[in-house]
Amino acid sequence: MYHKTQCEGFQCEQAMLEVPGDAETVREGVLDKLIAWMRQRSLFVLAYGTGCGAIEMRPLMTSRFDAERFGIIGAATPRQADVLVISGYLALKTLRRVIRSYEQMQEPKYVIGLGSCTINGGMYWDSYNTVKQVDRYIPIDIYVNGCMPRPEALIEGFVALQQRIKQGGKAGYHQYRENIDWYKANQRKALGEEMPPAYTYDWYHAGGVA
Amino acid sequence: MMHAVVDSLAMIGVSYVMGFLFYGFYRQLNARIQRRWGPSIWQNFFDNMKFFFKSETLSHGPMFFFGPMIIMAGAFTTVLFVPFLKDSTWLQGFSQYGNLILIIYLLVVGPLGNALAVGSSGNPFGVMGVTRGLTRLMGLEVPFFLGLALVMLQHETSSVHAIMAAQDGLANWGIVTNPVAFVVILLPFIAAQNASPFDVVGAPVEVYAGPRVEFGGRLLGVLMTQNMMMSIAKLVLVVDLFLGGASNVLVLIAKAFSLFLLTTAISMVFPRLKTEQAVDFFWKVPLGIGVLAVILTVWLPSWSA
Ligand code: SF4
Repeated sequence: MYHKTQCEGFQCEQAMLEVPGDAETVREGVLDKLIAWMRQRSLFVLAYGTGCGAIEMRPLMTSRFDAERFGIIGAATPRQADVLVISGYLALKTLRRVIRSYEQMQEPKYVIGLGSCTINGGMYWDSYNTVKQVDRYIPIDIYVNGCMPRPEALIEGFVALQQRIKQGGKAGYHQYRENIDWYKANQRKALGEEMPPAYTYDWYHAGGVA
Repeated sequence: MMHAVVDSLAMIGVSYVMGFLFYGFYRQLNARIQRRWGPSIWQNFFDNMKFFFKSETLSHGPMFFFGPMIIMAGAFTTVLFVPFLKDSTWLQGFSQYGNLILIIYLLVVGPLGNALAVGSSGNPFGVMGVTRGLTRLMGLEVPFFLGLALVMLQHETSSVHAIMAAQDGLANWGIVTNPVAFVVILLPFIAAQNASPFDVVGAPVEVYAGPRVEFGGRLLGVLMTQNMMMSIAKLVLVVDLFLGGASNVLVLIAKAFSLFLLTTAISMVFPRLKTEQAVDFFWKVPLGIGVLAVILTVWLPSWSA
């Protein structure tokens, strides 16, 4: 008789991707661990409903899926949010707004890409005005694949993100700070004239805090 | 001196812990009513701590920073001027130097600081929230103060200590001897706690987070803290005035919690009113009862005498 242990096949692969191995775990002090633990218990979500995947985010807050039991709750504005969920394909027009919202969020901040469209363009892979890899424009911490992913999958993505936060280490916003020139060059290539004004991001060059 | 410092810190600590536990309970009860599990009872503590350890990268000038500080200072002083226990040297703060009239003044510091900070941020959604808040304040202040005036008239003193001392035994509790004043205060009290049906200021889903729209990171953490402490200060004040105060911390928590349950039950059943409906309601029902009660307590005895 065949018994399924913890995971099998591609599921193991996914689990390995989501949680880095012990060797990678960053050593931190007790206080850092405590703060990280509280941080992962309380994620305010800015749901950016760009594509069809947005329809799967609404049920998260309902009684059936009840994301609040993980401490996940909607935030009204980017200023108060910790997690930006990009739900599906990004047109060039919305990319600009997403970048602006992302830069308004206070650190530490995380991004979840929902659906195949954020990974490789999905079924819009040859569209003339859709961004194919969102990761080239803003750093994405967790992908939830599928077209479209069920709310359960999204919850699993959140739980994986919580594990990441608990383990500490570098997250997407560190990458964005360190490679700001690369991200900005990519954004400029995609947006051209429509690039957000420089004052929205130049403080990244000024050594961090405005 | 040492005693005063330790006592003040203890009061602030007690009000903070009670604050997040009460609100955690509120969220869990709300979830159970909607047939879901809901967050843990510590959730508000986690949220608050998370905000304290976030970065704060935006600035709208000095007033944007000082506004929350003014509100926070207002919350601290309010907590320190409300006696938490009676017949005890502990958890008194500076209440022997203050009275009910001072507390009435301190209650207005919060909205004032809010208006200053939000005004300097220039965010239209924030200004909209402040406008809604001040409109509601117009409605709730008058009946609230009328109710407090009724209590002061009944006991012929403005000292919270004296009012507490007068209520020895269940039969002398303010809620028994002066139920009309309790009713007059109860509804504005729910509004002052920012609970439904009068939660027109924050108004989740309806307006963008109300006055707090521009705050994120640490300043939002400060605002959350003061909100929780202020709620407890108001709860304890009503316990002092109507439920005979408390002689130890356990009794205090039990009484404050039962009052909290009462207001929670009301706010869970009734959905939010519109701003003008709320003001309308306050000017009609609690104020009407209040005016009647004033006539009954002030003029009727003098006529019959
Ligand atoms: S992945 Fe599928 S469901 Fe999601 S936005 Fe793209 S096309 Fe729509």
